[in-house]
Amino acid sequence: MQHLNILAAQWVAPTIDYFGLAPELVLAGGLCIVLLVDLFIDERKKWLLSVISSFTLLAAMVPVLMLGLSETSVRSMFDGRYVVDNFSLVVKSLFLLAGYVVVLLSSSHIEQGEYWRGEYWFLLLTSLLGMLMMASSRDLVSIFVALEFLSIPAYMLAAWRKRDPKSNEAGVKYFMLGVFASAVMLYGMSLMYGVANSTLLTDIGAKVAATGEFSAVHALAVVFVIVGFAFKVSAVPFHTWAPDTYEGAPTPVTAFLSVASKAAGFVALVVLLYTAFPLAQDVWQPLIWVLSALTMTVGNVLALKQHNIVRMIAYSSISQGGFVLMPLAVAGLVGSGSTALRAVVLYMIVYAATNLGVFAIILAVSNKTRSGEISSYGGLFSYAPTLGVLMTIFLASLAGIPPLGGWIAKFVAFQSLIQSQSNWGYALALVGAVNSVIAFGYYGNVMREIWMRPVPDGDVTTISVPGSLRLALAITAGATLLFGVLPGVGLHFADLAEIAGAITR
Amino acid sequence: MNMLQENNWLLSVGTFLPMFGVVVLMLMPKAQDQAVKNVALITSIATLAVGIYTAFKFDFDQAEKLQFVADAQWISVIKSSYLIGVDGISLPLYLLSMIITLLVVIYSLDHVPNPGKPKAFFALLLVLQTGMAGTFIAQDLILFFVFFELVLLPMFFLIGVWGGEQRQYASIKFFLYTMFGSALMLVAFLALFFKTGAESFSIPYLIENGGSIAKNVQIWIFAGMFVGFAVKVPMFPFHTWLPDAHTQAPTQGSVILAAILLKLGTYGFVRIALPVLPDAAREWAPYIGGLAVIGIIYGALGCLAQTDMKRLIAFSSVAHMGFVMLGISTLTSFGVNAAMFGMVAHGLITGMLFFIAGSVKERYHTLEISKLGGMLTTMPRLGWIFGFCAMASLGLPGLAGFWGEFPAILSAYNPAEGLNQTVFRVFMVIAALGTVLAAGYLLWMFQRIAFGTAKDSSSHGHSSSDELHDVTTFEWIAWTPLLLGILVLGILPNLLFSVLDPAVQATLSVFGG
Repeated sequence: MQHLNILAAQWVAPTIDYFGLAPELVLAGGLCIVLLVDLFIDERKKWLLSVISSFTLLAAMVPVLMLGLSETSVRSMFDGRYVVDNFSLVVKSLFLLAGYVVVLLSSSHIEQGEYWRGEYWFLLLTSLLGMLMMASSRDLVSIFVALEFLSIPAYMLAAWRKRDPKSNEAGVKYFMLGVFASAVMLYGMSLMYGVANSTLLTDIGAKVAATGEFSAVHALAVVFVIVGFAFKVSAVPFHTWAPDTYEGAPTPVTAFLSVASKAAGFVALVVLLYTAFPLAQDVWQPLIWVLSALTMTVGNVLALKQHNIVRMIAYSSISQGGFVLMPLAVAGLVGSGSTALRAVVLYMIVYAATNLGVFAIILAVSNKTRSGEISSYGGLFSYAPTLGVLMTIFLASLAGIPPLGGWIAKFVAFQSLIQSQSNWGYALALVGAVNSVIAFGYYGNVMREIWMRPVPDGDVTTISVPGSLRLALAITAGATLLFGVLPGVGLHFADLAEIAGAITR
Repeated sequence: MNMLQENNWLLSVGTFLPMFGVVVLMLMPKAQDQAVKNVALITSIATLAVGIYTAFKFDFDQAEKLQFVADAQWISVIKSSYLIGVDGISLPLYLLSMIITLLVVIYSLDHVPNPGKPKAFFALLLVLQTGMAGTFIAQDLILFFVFFELVLLPMFFLIGVWGGEQRQYASIKFFLYTMFGSALMLVAFLALFFKTGAESFSIPYLIENGGSIAKNVQIWIFAGMFVGFAVKVPMFPFHTWLPDAHTQAPTQGSVILAAILLKLGTYGFVRIALPVLPDAAREWAPYIGGLAVIGIIYGALGCLAQTDMKRLIAFSSVAHMGFVMLGISTLTSFGVNAAMFGMVAHGLITGMLFFIAGSVKERYHTLEISKLGGMLTTMPRLGWIFGFCAMASLGLPGLAGFWGEFPAILSAYNPAEGLNQTVFRVFMVIAALGTVLAAGYLLWMFQRIAFGTAKDSSSHGHSSSDELHDVTTFEWIAWTPLLLGILVLGILPNLLFSVLDPAVQATLSVFGG
């Protein structure tokens, strides 16, 4: 009792930097409004919710921009457990903009099906809030909380088509494997705490730096934590949930999972590698090397065999994840840390723009064809030339063909591998080079359907694209072209992203 | 730095003008076919006009220097800049690409291949033009890479949408081969960048500093570039995409492929691989020369085995590019001059042969040599033009083909210092045998197609003798410049050699004389 009293007396309320938290607060406010408004408006006016959601996301961008322009470059709260640095601001804007595009993708789709619309928007915003928290978390506990915060709504979103067994399967699979991954990660984190006697990432990093010693338990902890995130970013061999979940979930949710949720996994992984494990590179570099090589190769090879467009994009996004991991495999080497970070951030930005564009097209086309088969894209160019050309642009960007965004992302990833001037880096660059060729096999296959095959059922009525999808297409196609032709723009933001407290050499 | 910067807007305008045409085309309604054709025609005429103006402004007395150099910030974070310029090596190819595109557009005015869609067809042609011209002016490796790749997608679609029956297979094969090459090439570029101190991707800078890289590293970097360029050339054994792509491509695609796209590879060797990595080039030269002569003989034997006219011309490209690569592999200015001349000559001649093949296909509805015959009696003008091009292609003195082939063979007699003379002289003898084979297959093809009597029209389906009309106006307009070019360059080769030579000398100065 005595001890508790002393503890209580010593407790001082932490100072909270409300400006630094403003993006999260705006989003939290917005999702409460969505929840409340949903209760009081009648069925026909539910479209208002999508408007509120999109404005919430744009409103949350305002403080992010203001923080980016403000004098203080690093705002640290709760003894450094929650940090607003340039890295977190860049990825927060990525999450918010990707979320905005997902809202655009969802709005027409959600209106058509028998969905619980209010809850849909609420869960989407909640998951995004979790992502924003993830970007700033610098403590094992807050990382875990943010991860669950963003994952649990995503599990429910995946199962959103209640009467569709596939959607239920998607949700359950995602949930089971997600929880399993969380458990593995949590185990790793507890070992980590046991070793470092702290949950603060910088403390964990400093612990090794100070003693220079590295125990087996510590190594095990690092491996478990990385494996946990490998599930989240669907790296092979922890990818098995992704294709089924992506196929079964409602398409806008799939877009959300494959872009934003995946990016959140990478963000946490990068933060951990750079602040908590920077001196354990002998453990994680080989691990990431293998994960990256396996992920891009297996993802590619399996994608070649797919007939369903969403499944193909699922495998393609697995393989793209391998490319994001690629520079991290040398990130611990002298001089490679900052270029690897730049490569990862740029890849996430470009990939988000391109992949969301692909999903916008998938939604627009499936409105007419009511099919997910790749063959349903036959002759798309002849009756919907704009959609055909845009899809070609997105697919070519994913394949990394200049002058579209994807090439600079791949280029910078290769650059950081070769800059390391290590044999491991060269070898992985070769694996990546071969894989980027294989990838064209399936991207080219879709292009072939669009341009060279006849329309399967002869139905050449034009596709009417809802306004919100048009806006989403304009944003994503514009970004894809801009990043490709003027790569300096994307690189500028990727270069800004510095993790405060990171130990890079 | 010996660069001239006057009028540095000219190259950018010339390169990106076609893109402006593409934007206009995209904004036009689909149905207006005639307007689409007009826009494409005006754009390509304007582009060529800019190109000709560039040639007038070009200072031929300083052809060894980069001229019209523009250097703007592009991707400063990775130290790549928008650095463009032309010298005596680039200028002829830069202009050739513009001429060929214009002629192809003119030819297409009444020959849009099935399944129509002129808007997309012309748009792709113009995108292709930007990529080709850009590759020849880029003086920064990353910029070069972007333009080099920019030609892939349009050509993929030209073959895949407007091509023959096996078009989808051919287009994917073409794409995967070239993409594989360029992926390795990109890795090599990056390695080059870091091994020269991670300062710049600018080609002049790399030429100054590339020689200091350790020899065994150079050899590896060269290997990456070699694959990238050799696939494009294409050199034996990377050539297998070419016969399929050529056979299946529409006439316009074949012409551009043969006349310009293949040159991107050889140009890459001359512009980048040789001067930047001289030590590796010396090591690699005998192997390149060996593959080149294998290509010459293999291509020629392949030609003799073909029954399809277009496929035969495609294989002859493998043989001709073998001569070009043989010239390059000697590492002498004599050989490289011959190679550069050979590139231009092959562009004119083989481009022309593919035009003829397209017109034959249109009239006979087949390219099976055994079903053709008697062209000189049914269509004498087309027959004689064909004969003229076949002669040019086999290297008849007095026509352009001769000046590419003969000096290339001769240059192998005396390769650069440090190369094994005996080996190259053996190459010379084999290559000379190749010319005999070339005469064989070309004359044989000409004989089977042009001589004799016309085959019974019923044997090839729908063709009736009405359709066997002689050369049309559009064809005359599109072909005359090429035919004149073949003749003029054949009689006055110095027109081209005098532009090339200073630049070739300057480029090869890294080999010490």
